[in-house]
Amino acid sequence: MTTPRRVPTLVRHLAGAAVAAVVLFGLTYVLDPFRDYQLATAAAYLCAAAGLTVLIGLNGQLSLGHGALMAVGAYSVAMVQNQFGDHGVTAQWALVASLAAGVVAATLAGAVIGLAAARLRGPYLAGLTLVVAVALPAVTTVFSGTFHGDQGLSVYLPPVPDSLGADFPVERWQAWLALAAALLTLLVLANLVRGRLGRSMRAIRDNEVAASLAGIPVARVQVVAFVVSAACAGLGGGMFAVLAQSVSPDAFTLTLSLNLLLAVVVGGSGSLAGAVWGSLLLVLLRYWADELTGGLSLPAGLRTRLAGNLPLALFGLLLIVVMMAAPGGVQGLLSRAGRWVRGRLTGRPSHRAGLPAPDAEPPAPVASHT
Amino acid sequence: MDRFLFLTVDGLSHGAVYAAFALALVLIWRGTRIVNFAQGVLAVATSYLAYTVTGRSGSYWLGFLAALLAGLVLGAVVERLVMRRVADAPPLNAVIVALGLVLVGQGVLGMLYGNQFLPFPAPFDRSAMTVGGVPLVSRFDLFVFGTVLLLMIVLAVLFTRTATGLRMRAAAFAPPVARLLGVRVGRMLTLGWALAALVGALAGMLVIPTGLGLHPTAMDTVFVSAFTAAVVGGLDSPAGAVVGGLLVGLVLSYVAGYLGAGTTPLAVLALLVVVLLARPAGLFSGPQARRV
Repeated sequence: MTTPRRVPTLVRHLAGAAVAAVVLFGLTYVLDPFRDYQLATAAAYLCAAAGLTVLIGLNGQLSLGHGALMAVGAYSVAMVQNQFGDHGVTAQWALVASLAAGVVAATLAGAVIGLAAARLRGPYLAGLTLVVAVALPAVTTVFSGTFHGDQGLSVYLPPVPDSLGADFPVERWQAWLALAAALLTLLVLANLVRGRLGRSMRAIRDNEVAASLAGIPVARVQVVAFVVSAACAGLGGGMFAVLAQSVSPDAFTLTLSLNLLLAVVVGGSGSLAGAVWGSLLLVLLRYWADELTGGLSLPAGLRTRLAGNLPLALFGLLLIVVMMAAPGGVQGLLSRAGRWVRGRLTGRPSHRAGLPAPDAEPPAPVASHT
Repeated sequence: MDRFLFLTVDGLSHGAVYAAFALALVLIWRGTRIVNFAQGVLAVATSYLAYTVTGRSGSYWLGFLAALLAGLVLGAVVERLVMRRVADAPPLNAVIVALGLVLVGQGVLGMLYGNQFLPFPAPFDRSAMTVGGVPLVSRFDLFVFGTVLLLMIVLAVLFTRTATGLRMRAAAFAPPVARLLGVRVGRMLTLGWALAALVGALAGMLVIPTGLGLHPTAMDTVFVSAFTAAVVGGLDSPAGAVVGGLLVGLVLSYVAGYLGAGTTPLAVLALLVVVLLARPAGLFSGPQARRV
């Protein structure tokens, strides 16, 4: 066996992102506008889920407040965009500027929560962020002059650039925006987790005392991890605002935070690839559930009751089943299968495949060691 | 001054419910080191059952009894079927599974009953009786105080005066030793969950008539307040949960009364942040050791 020549991590990740960008670019032309919109929604989820998977899987902090952080991003984008719209700024750079403002706002909110939570462990952190998720929508009613309460705000979106042609579907344009944001998020996170910060986070997750003895500033790394994932949630929330062209508190309830958690856990927490599976599943599962209830001939009352609630129950069931049966999630299963196949091909058992060892089942939710 | 008195009584009445709900959280925390995030949805489920039973039979008290029994059964089932399987996994797994139960519960209840608020009856008049010319306390408030007080006496007697209570405490305090001494630790955990869910069901019956009505997410804000109450008291201390519950009830009542009802969720958040920053282990904690 020769060791492969090492390509610098950044170059490898850039190349991967470029290939993914080309493939996805082609894909948006193949898909019809509805599918493009689904793809865009999954990409927006992915921004937030990727940040959350790093926080949960690599740093061992469980946040239920990321839905609220998405709301911070979304409302910031909405308000900045509307300012641009009111002043007649229709250039595309304005959208980038508002998304940046959304990320900054969510980063600041994340810093506040992260600092308050820096000393908290396990259920305390989950509880505090749960309260954030329940409480933050109340801000929109308390300051209803700015946020228009339950009604929410509409978001001004500059028209699709003329150079793309007159009948270019807006959904494809939205998909490009969202996919670009998701790829950027993945690229940044992939480099962060391969670097010093990622190593420190894993060290703290595995043994906090040992990490601090090794000179890792535990509290600071915890806060930075929270802030990074908050920034990702802000970008995801901003993309939500761009996609829906409106923001309202009922889009950012506790359920959204739980959906993000589902995407992280089902995909395989700690794994960016897992976040991709999870985000796709989040969109597709809801779509399939709607198709299913739409396809059956049900009385109208029952159909309205099933809409929205069936996916919710399925999500919850999936969360429980995955946690019990395959804590590594989809990505955990995939990498186990990959190891098994490799073991077969090279004619010798890979170091884990043949063992029913205790570590064959990784200690989820810190699941994937890839 | 009248308003202040009224808000105080109202706050204590809500606080008593938060105290009961926080007590349920503390029961499970002491036994299993799990914060039962599904507590709220379990209580909503039993309240929906009470709604159905009361609607079919016409008797409020039959529904009340059904809710308590359902709580007992539901708690035991959740422990046996779900929570036991993640007991040995990292603590985050149990939290995630409990959150999964929240989604399942809310989804199933939404499918069965729909997502509109259902009117939920109160067994007693909720309008305040005047004491010395001041509208002070309603019959329903008195019912709440009496029920919660009775509950606390029963729990205190159970845990300090009975053999079962002693076994439950032993199982929670030192499972291996308790097992060696012949305590069926698993059975005690199941009993603990069943008891906690019963207490939660009772709290649901006491608080849902005072809110907007019955809804799959009706207990979310109650859970949040009760969690804050439990943290104020230190999660480990039943007495702390009671004091914390009353304290949170009072604070929220004053905030709602003087600043507007919309601000209460933010007040809960502020209270929790302050407590966690100042005394993360609760107001009633001694020095703590962390295992290395």
